[in-house]
Amino acid sequence: MSISDRVIAIIAEQAMLEPSDVTPESTLEDLGIDSLGLVESIFAIEEEFDISIPFNANEPTASDFDISSVAAIIAGIEKLVAEKV
Amino acid sequence: MKRVVITGAGTINALGHSVPATLEAMREGRCGIGELDFRDVERLAIKIGGQVRGFEAEGRFNRQQMSLYDRFTQFTLTAAKEAIEQSGIEFHGELAARSGVVLGTAGGGVSTWDDNYRSVYEDGKNRVHPFVVPKLMNNAAASHVSMGYNLKGPSFTVSTACASSNHAMALAFQMVRSGASPAMVTGGSESMLCFGGVKAWEGLRVMSKDACRPFSANRNGMVQGEGAGVFVFEEYEHAKARGADILCEVIGFAMSSDAADIVMPSKQGAARAMAGALADARINAGEVGYINAHGTGTAANDKTECAAVADVFGPHADDLMISSTKSMHGHLIGGTGAVELLACIMALRDGIIAPTIGYEEPDPECALDVVPNEAREAKVDIALSNAFAFGGLNAVLALKRV
Repeated sequence: MSISDRVIAIIAEQAMLEPSDVTPESTLEDLGIDSLGLVESIFAIEEEFDISIPFNANEPTASDFDISSVAAIIAGIEKLVAEKV
Repeated sequence: MKRVVITGAGTINALGHSVPATLEAMREGRCGIGELDFRDVERLAIKIGGQVRGFEAEGRFNRQQMSLYDRFTQFTLTAAKEAIEQSGIEFHGELAARSGVVLGTAGGGVSTWDDNYRSVYEDGKNRVHPFVVPKLMNNAAASHVSMGYNLKGPSFTVSTACASSNHAMALAFQMVRSGASPAMVTGGSESMLCFGGVKAWEGLRVMSKDACRPFSANRNGMVQGEGAGVFVFEEYEHAKARGADILCEVIGFAMSSDAADIVMPSKQGAARAMAGALADARINAGEVGYINAHGTGTAANDKTECAAVADVFGPHADDLMISSTKSMHGHLIGGTGAVELLACIMALRDGIIAPTIGYEEPDPECALDVVPNEAREAKVDIALSNAFAFGGLNAVLALKRV
């Protein structure tokens, strides 16, 4: 599975949706993922890819990690995974 | 002062997953203590306990709930559901605003601590699940009951080791009696039966490797249990007005502190708590028909408790019945008083006294009627429930048949 598919699978599970219902344009809000759900998703993504995501729940928009849409999240993960290697 | 009655009861423990199942087991003198079953149990010296069997959290709770509910919270919610449904009380409006939940637990989310310490120390992981803190905190169970049933009044958790539930129920009783709250959900929960939870108790060298035999001369220690007991304490007129089934009345309580030793019990401290509960309830010692003992099965507790009973009740000590149901469900630590209150309710309501099972040999230092091995039919008007905690913190409740 591609990074994109793996991230979408995690987000879909959190949102209790089918992966096909999670589009790149979706925002977490669209998907019904609240702040606790976001923190849980980030944890699950970190576990999946063995990376550390620079995310502080106090200032979700201030960190370098863009969570404004599923596509932005995927791009951020791809970058972190690339940096790890 | 308002009168306080119990209108709902719920439990899950090694004897059963409900109040009827638990009371049936107590009537039959069944033992819920057996071989422990969890990871790394082979590294323990103590391998028995009153473990809750056949409880599948999956199916009862959804995925999100599972990630937030430690086992002690799962037990609490299971017992609270039974109690509140039985009571038939619905919390909304002014009733909801003034009603709360006070629960006891000694350890809170012990298995959540255990699992995550294992993960970071033993497995070397550097990341834990984001909900570790809200899952393990001691007030998690009380908070989830509050959220689940719209209880918006005073809610908190009491932690006084083995007396946690009795302290919690005593506080809930005070709130209803004073008129501060029309109803309170109260009781306690504990789930320490995991590797770290049992290993910690092993260190004290007070645990039995084979059975809990309270008051028996050959007793050799306590046995841990797990589970929860939850009750609805309600103002009498409020309960009557809505036609609730009243299980019994709570008529008094007392708390005392030994101010002496961190683990050794004190006869004077225990006696002051029992005498205090009688005084608070405005009853004479001679009216008490049954005492649910703290009765841990340790050498120190049982003889000290019996001596305290003899001091408080004088010659009447020989007429009353005193039993320890820990012989059947084990010691639920912070949840124990709540499950044991069920034996008091059964004595008052059904006229059946739960036995002290595993009783094999009389001990001259415990020469009371401990209702050995078989339940007994007897009419009881007043019952006491004792809890004497490590740290010398004691709490005794007095209940009355209605």
